[in-house]
Amino acid sequence: MELEIDIIDIRKLVNTIKMVYGFDFGEYALSSFKRRLARIIEVYKFDNMADLIEKVRVDKPFYELFLKEVTVNTTEMFRDPSMWKKLKETVFPVVKDYSTIRIWHSACSTGEEVYSMAIALKEAGLYEKARIFASDINEDVIAKALEGKYPARNMELNGFNYEKFEGKLKLNHYFKSTGDYVFMDQDLLRNVTFRKFDLVQGDQTMRFDIILCRNVLIYFNLPLQDQIVGKFAKCTSQGGFLALGSKETIAWCKSVDNYNTFSLEEKIYQRK
Amino acid sequence: MSNYKAVVIGGSAGSFPLVVKILSSLPKNYPFPVFLALHRLKHIRNGFVEALSLKSNIPVIEPHDKEVIKPGIAYLAPSNYHMYVELGNTIALSTEDMVKYSRPSIDLTFDTASYIYKDKMVGVIVSGANTDGAEGIKRSKERGAFTIAQNPDEATIKTMPDAAIKAAEMDKILSIDEICKFLVSIAN
Repeated sequence: MELEIDIIDIRKLVNTIKMVYGFDFGEYALSSFKRRLARIIEVYKFDNMADLIEKVRVDKPFYELFLKEVTVNTTEMFRDPSMWKKLKETVFPVVKDYSTIRIWHSACSTGEEVYSMAIALKEAGLYEKARIFASDINEDVIAKALEGKYPARNMELNGFNYEKFEGKLKLNHYFKSTGDYVFMDQDLLRNVTFRKFDLVQGDQTMRFDIILCRNVLIYFNLPLQDQIVGKFAKCTSQGGFLALGSKETIAWCKSVDNYNTFSLEEKIYQRK
Repeated sequence: MSNYKAVVIGGSAGSFPLVVKILSSLPKNYPFPVFLALHRLKHIRNGFVEALSLKSNIPVIEPHDKEVIKPGIAYLAPSNYHMYVELGNTIALSTEDMVKYSRPSIDLTFDTASYIYKDKMVGVIVSGANTDGAEGIKRSKERGAFTIAQNPDEATIKTMPDAAIKAAEMDKILSIDEICKFLVSIAN
């Protein structure tokens, strides 16, 4: 198990970053943040927290790397198939007659969620009118999303999820296999725009009909969750949707009053 | 009543009937929260909590992220999430990489819980087919937690309690009936 990290050192690091770079990790959930730090110390072979703090302070390129390493990028295609099924069966019918369906993947990671959405829309005959905006704080994962190259070993789980979602075809209809990797059909990205965007500090000026923010808020404390859900409320069209991870909730956020619960089980909320 | 504030139970293959037995032996209004870090079928979200609830005397729930911890409730680590005990008497969830091929990870629940509860925690490792939990209970022990392993001779699959016993000197090695009795006794 990783090195034990003292909370006082974590505060020092947070203060240093806030002072030097203006980014506030003070509202990150402690347990996961601590683990990420332990991992960075291990991977980059620091002797202790003091060395890490000093390196982050003086070395901006390392700080940029640190930012990427701190964020969690675990994802799957059609993660929680029942959520995707709910989207297909109950959310799509609401938006199907819109002239344009504007969708935001607010933390797109390596893109699995974006490809899932593109496939779901395509099979529902809605892809042509969809405009998908996909963003992440980490441009490296955006590059991976654009490339659409995934380890072949991941496709068993992705395919399993797609089957549970009750997709119309086989998932392999949407990718080409070459040995250890598969390459996603790039036509799925035709209506997708990727951009680096910081959910915490960024201002979203566009408006959306569907926002996905799945398993991101869990890394923040409640005040920051509240702030971000408040931002979502501002850029969601009336009757638009917000989908969170299966164990995330807006129940404790101030802007809970801006939403109706559309699916309690799948954590889909509808803007009033 | 004892000084304890939380019970943490880790288990994997073969642990289901044991955890059912523990939950059915605890009294209603048990004075501590009970954290259940149990390996479960990946991507099967439904059914497990219901099955555990059937004979339990205390409510069994899969917590939401940042849910406030209350006594007398069993918190089951949800499918595909790690479950952490967080500062401010809340539970935090995480989708970080699997640890020892597991998410939920028993090690991580024990690590975060013992960080908060220290010597006010009772940690129990029961039957399982891998070594998840050993590191976590070792760290719990270092922080003063009271540690118990199920007697490996009795466990359906003894790899997990064996690994725990090897990793740290357990305060007690008990049969499942004795574990139930102990957990009830600390409530009185």
